[in-house]
Amino acid sequence: MAKVELKAPEGPPSDVERIKRESRYLRGTLAETMEDPLSAGIPDDDNRLMKFHGSYLQDDRDVRTERQKQKLEPAYQFMIRVRTPGGVATPEQWLVMDELARKYANGTLKLTTRQAFQLHGVLKWNVKKTMQAINGALMTTLAACGDVNRNVMCNPNPYQSEVHAEVYEWAKLISDHLLPRTRAYYEIWLDDEKVAGTPQVDGEEEPIYGPTYLPRKFKIGIAVPPSNDVDVFSQDIGLIAIVEDGKLAGFNVAIGGGMGMTHGDKTTYPQLAKVIGFCKPDQVVEVAEKIMTIQRDYGNRSSRKHARFKYTVDRLGLETVKEELERRLGWKLGEARPYHFEHTGDRYGWVEGVNGTWHFTLFVEGGRVKDYDDYKLMTGLREIAKVHTGDFRLTANQNLIIANVTSEKKPEIEALIAEYGLTDGRRYTALRRNALACVALPTCGLAMAEAERYLPKLLDKIEEMIDENGLRDDEITIRMTGCPNGCARHVLAEIAFVGKAVGKYNMYLGAAFNGTRLGKLYRENIGEEEILRELRVLLSRYAKERLDGEHFGDFVIRVGIVKEVTDGTNFHD
Amino acid sequence: MQLQVTNSPFTEEQIALLNRLLPTLTPAQKLWLSGYLAAAEAAVAVLDAEAPALFAGSSKPVSKEVTVLYGSQTGNAQKLAEKAGKALKERGFEAKVLSMLDFKPNELKKVETLLVVVSTHGEGDPPDNAVSFYEFLHSKRAPKLNHLRFSVLALGDTSYEQFCQTGKDFDKRLEELGGTRFYPRVDCDVDYEEAAAKWLDGVLGELSKEANANAGAAPLLSAVAAAPKAEPVAVYSRKNPFPAEVLENINLNGRGSNKETRHLELSLEGSGLKYEPGDALGIFPKNDPELVDLVIQEMKWNPEETVTIDKDGEVRSLKEALTSHFEITVLTKALLQKLAPLSKNSALQELVAPGNEAKLKEYAKGRDLLDALRDFGPWDAAPQQIISILRKMPPRLYSIASSLAAYPDEVHLTIGAVRYESHGRLRKGVCSTFCAERIQIGDTLPVFVQPNPNFKLPKDPDTPIIMIGPGTGVAPFRAFMQEREATGANGKSWLFFGDQHFMTDFLYQTEWLAWLKSGVLTRMDVAFSRDTERKVYVQHRMQERSKELFGWLEEGAVVYVCGDKQHMARDVHQTLIEIIEKEGGMSREQAEAYVTEMQKQKRYQRDVY
Ligand SMILES: Cc1cc2nc3c(=O)[nH]c(=O)nc-3n(C[C@H](O)[C@H](O)[C@H](O)COP(=O)(O)OP(=O)(O)OC[C@H]3O[C@@H](n4cnc5c(N)ncnc54)[C@H](O)[C@@H]3O)c2cc1C
Ligand SMILES: NC(=O)c1ccc[n+]([C@@H]2O[C@H](COP(=O)([O-])OP(=O)(O)OC[C@H]3O[C@@H](n4cnc5c(N)ncnc54)[C@H](OP(=O)(O)O)[C@@H]3O)[C@@H](O)[C@H]2O)c1
Ligand code: HEM
Ligand SMILES: Cc1cc2nc3c(=O)[nH]c(=O)nc-3n(C[C@H](O)[C@H](O)[C@H](O)COP(=O)(O)O)c2cc1C
Ligand code: SF4
Repeated sequence: MAKVELKAPEGPPSDVERIKRESRYLRGTLAETMEDPLSAGIPDDDNRLMKFHGSYLQDDRDVRTERQKQKLEPAYQFMIRVRTPGGVATPEQWLVMDELARKYANGTLKLTTRQAFQLHGVLKWNVKKTMQAINGALMTTLAACGDVNRNVMCNPNPYQSEVHAEVYEWAKLISDHLLPRTRAYYEIWLDDEKVAGTPQVDGEEEPIYGPTYLPRKFKIGIAVPPSNDVDVFSQDIGLIAIVEDGKLAGFNVAIGGGMGMTHGDKTTYPQLAKVIGFCKPDQVVEVAEKIMTIQRDYGNRSSRKHARFKYTVDRLGLETVKEELERRLGWKLGEARPYHFEHTGDRYGWVEGVNGTWHFTLFVEGGRVKDYDDYKLMTGLREIAKVHTGDFRLTANQNLIIANVTSEKKPEIEALIAEYGLTDGRRYTALRRNALACVALPTCGLAMAEAERYLPKLLDKIEEMIDENGLRDDEITIRMTGCPNGCARHVLAEIAFVGKAVGKYNMYLGAAFNGTRLGKLYRENIGEEEILRELRVLLSRYAKERLDGEHFGDFVIRVGIVKEVTDGTNFHD
Repeated sequence: MQLQVTNSPFTEEQIALLNRLLPTLTPAQKLWLSGYLAAAEAAVAVLDAEAPALFAGSSKPVSKEVTVLYGSQTGNAQKLAEKAGKALKERGFEAKVLSMLDFKPNELKKVETLLVVVSTHGEGDPPDNAVSFYEFLHSKRAPKLNHLRFSVLALGDTSYEQFCQTGKDFDKRLEELGGTRFYPRVDCDVDYEEAAAKWLDGVLGELSKEANANAGAAPLLSAVAAAPKAEPVAVYSRKNPFPAEVLENINLNGRGSNKETRHLELSLEGSGLKYEPGDALGIFPKNDPELVDLVIQEMKWNPEETVTIDKDGEVRSLKEALTSHFEITVLTKALLQKLAPLSKNSALQELVAPGNEAKLKEYAKGRDLLDALRDFGPWDAAPQQIISILRKMPPRLYSIASSLAAYPDEVHLTIGAVRYESHGRLRKGVCSTFCAERIQIGDTLPVFVQPNPNFKLPKDPDTPIIMIGPGTGVAPFRAFMQEREATGANGKSWLFFGDQHFMTDFLYQTEWLAWLKSGVLTRMDVAFSRDTERKVYVQHRMQERSKELFGWLEEGAVVYVCGDKQHMARDVHQTLIEIIEKEGGMSREQAEAYVTEMQKQKRYQRDVY
């Protein structure tokens, strides 16, 4: 086999590379611009750096042109994302987030698809106070966004067994190990003393990352079969826990997944991670680090839309990357072990864990925790947090687990659940319980269409057809994003919508229910009327023609409605 | 080199003559001849230029200046515009590349060659940073563009129904306004590179061709164009107000504000009216028709009844008289006294009786004609009797917020809507709510200029200025900045502004930010009074910066205060004295004397109301 030369693609570095290099390890002029009283925003360069600190500037797009006319700057506000490895938070932490949401943000908490908390609508003058409160509660926002490794995801039900607990510990270790080491975060937000003689751009301050960090964001997730709730194949590194004889034997390692693409640019595409081997638990941190450094060294730093690890893997070839990894490790990965995934969703309601504790999985529509007029979700959870002795788990499907409830506490928690009518989603269709949407309008600067605000309304209409066809309890995954970046991992949903313009979506079909196959473009640029017309036909055919136990995504491929996507590289064919 | 038919534009006969003559000339004679010939050519060029050239055809010289405007959401159009700018510069053009948002629409009149690079978004909508320019071009305010040559590059995506709509709109509109399309529009799909490069090549080719053809003639034209235009003589005055067309009327306060501050732009075209920054504009308003109806209903009058409105015997319907000619929102002692004989109500008689002045004053406060009519019936009065005792509607003054140097033929105002509740009824300031609620773009307002020689920029453009203007008090400082920008003044400037909330009440925020960036405004401090637990006002910011502020005073800075007279101006005055006392190491008396001296030198000027 011809040896592939290991090098990064040619081309001048993108502007973001300059910003990183000149930033003195993520400092830039953030300390000053965050204090400037004349603008609620910050300059673009600093905003790029702000991401590494877990926050970025957005503006309320509903009023953007209106304010422009009024000679007011955009209604700037910050999004702040909190890392919670594996999505675990204590009741005390929950109460802090709840208070911050009401005091400084828009009164709501968003649980994200990467098991993190997100606050929206924080004004510049309140960002520092918010950051301090978050850190005061032993959480951090550092590297929640930016060209670094993000929150490490992990199946959130670790206390179901010893194995889960162990897996969660590994997730945390990886997450901590790959955190940036720069003191900038502590100086800017926590008023830490400046470290004397802060090194300039010589790599000393960031032993793993170096002065320009990664070419792009980097994502790691760990799944525990049979649940693939973390969409393990959508990750840059997907780890599949291998349990043998009730014990964690190690992890299958998959690399090079990622959802994002750009409309109209066929050189960009979603891709699924591919399994390259197996490692033992105590090797997994090293494996993750070494894989990440390959991307650090050979990723595309010239074109940001081609900078994700998946393109590096596809360019160099899976084998080459594996060889390089083994060279860096100094040892060889083991043979991948067998595994089996059944689903990507959450299991709602009460489950008993192995150690006599209980877990309640709550359905949170759109991951949005707030008080509705007739549904006081946020208040209910606050009241529970006040008495809860276990912890909270954010799931990858934007739901919430009230975990580790002792038998003694269970009646009290149950009473609160009943009092506030907190729902396990059973009153909804299985379709709605399997729905996911990204934030999109009005806060996301990249959104071309509605998602979180619109999907529930669209579901109201689809549910009528679901009922007509007797599909109320059939699990079908449906996702919507405001643009093709794929924050809600849309191309892994059996029915997916990606915004093209206000009210217009591209529709994808045929992804696998268990997250092992991408969907295919089915209709382009269609509005609600056409969406409903299409679904009316599809759902009724599915109800009548499906095989026993056949999932919707498999069905549309079998009967030839869309072609199967066997690899990201033929996504556009 | 010998002249021949093949290497010159001359005929055989001419060549024979020239070849006989040229070898006999001394170098000095040759030089003289070439000068003579050039001058003679110039005379011809001037004549040509004076002939009405409709648009830049082959004969009119082309300026080397090219303006490239882009409207871009995701950066494609911006990138292409910048590329075009670079290519133009390489070919010796002076290219200015600007986002449509940063381009001052009034500059359009000066642009001769315009390239537009714009994408389409939404469903055929302009990108955000093109919206205001797009609306301006498509509004009635758009100027005639007979002098303009343009070409449009449109970006889009054929999967959308309205492919490249915004580019098409610009293309069409520029032509409608009189512009000449010197190179046809090109519409690009998502893979725009090739089509865009072709367009740029075409544009460059066209421009270079003409530039070459016209080289040499260009400098002469500008001398001719400088001839002064005859100005119409002002015939309008307070007595004879000019009906100014409303060009723009927007609320400057964002959603959720407690306030409503209107930004009005009026046209002075054809009026001959002139003003300077610091002057005010008077407006004759109309009363709220609902209030007029309530008065008429209360009295059970016929709104159409004719009444006489002045000594000259002008007549109007009762409704029109009450709406446009008389003040009905203020109760004065004089008015109550004149009303008294028309009512049998003993309470009114008592109120106006001698000795009850304090009670009368108390009653009049916060009440209007309607209150009095309701409180003191029954009335024995014909409409004419009441009309005859009312005051003529007084005009309201507004500090002018624009400079003629920046907006020829326009005047801008900043009007705070006055609304308050008193004695159980919502009251509305007559003029401010007239402008806020009932004036549409295209309507006219009767206006006149009220000069204010005591609120003027220093003659010396290098003199530093300190401007203190919370709320609508900021209006004249917008005029100051426009003037200093347009005249290229170099003096430092410092603005103190305050209002209730940063998010919604930062009047003209984007303009101040732009002036700070360009250096026209040197520094700015803001005090938002209701964003923090304790109130912060402009004078607190002055105190925090007292040292620098005193330094500026010592350098000879002029201090301007504009806005609320009752509280703000008084407190700012005190603060100024305190600062001088503290930083100048002076006694109170010395500090007061310092301020008095500043006033004498016209270095402390106020426009307060
Ligand atoms: C030189 C000069 C420049 C000016 N520049 C500006 C400017 O740039 N921008 C601007 O907005 N204004 C400016 N003004 C003020 C402006 O002229 C008007 O006075 C103002 O707009 C109110 O007019 P109106 O017709 O709306 O209200 P009016 O009908 O005249 O009512 C105002 C009256 O209502 C009463 N009133 C108001 N509030 C209350 C309350 N809370 N309780 C009880 N009574 C109350 C007061 O008696 C007040 O005089 C300026 C004034 C002057 C003299
Ligand atoms: N309801 C009314 O009819 C009404 C109301 C206001 C003004 N006015 C008149 O309208 C004109 C301008 O009004 P505007 O709304 O543009 O501005 P404004 O009322 O003067 O308010 C501008 C800012 O000045 C602050 N302020 C209040 N008292 C001050 C003081 N003593 N010193 C310094 N700053 C002070 C205000 O704070 P706070 O508001 O938080 O105190 C606000 O932040 C004035 O003539 C004023 O008298 C009328
Ligand atoms: C609101 C503003 C947001 C912006 C501007 C934004 C931006 C982006 C961008 C640009 C990408 C593409 C990255 C790439 O492919 O290289 C992306 C991917 C992603 N985002 Fe976000 N995001 C936002 C919010 C969120 C939220 C709220 C979540 C979680 C709930 C989220 C989760 C994700 C995930 C999971 C992906 C990964 C898809 C992949 O693997 O490629 N994002 N986002
Ligand atoms: C939300 C959205 C809506 C769009 N709508 C249209 C459209 O209606 N018509 C069109 O021709 N192109 C449309 N486009 C395509 C853009 O014009 C095209 O991508 C262009 O290259 C963007 O240029 P810019 O980066 O300068 O904004 C749209 C693009 C987006 C993202
Ligand atoms: S998918 Fe696009 S629209 Fe949705 S949150 Fe991510 S970047 Fe924004």
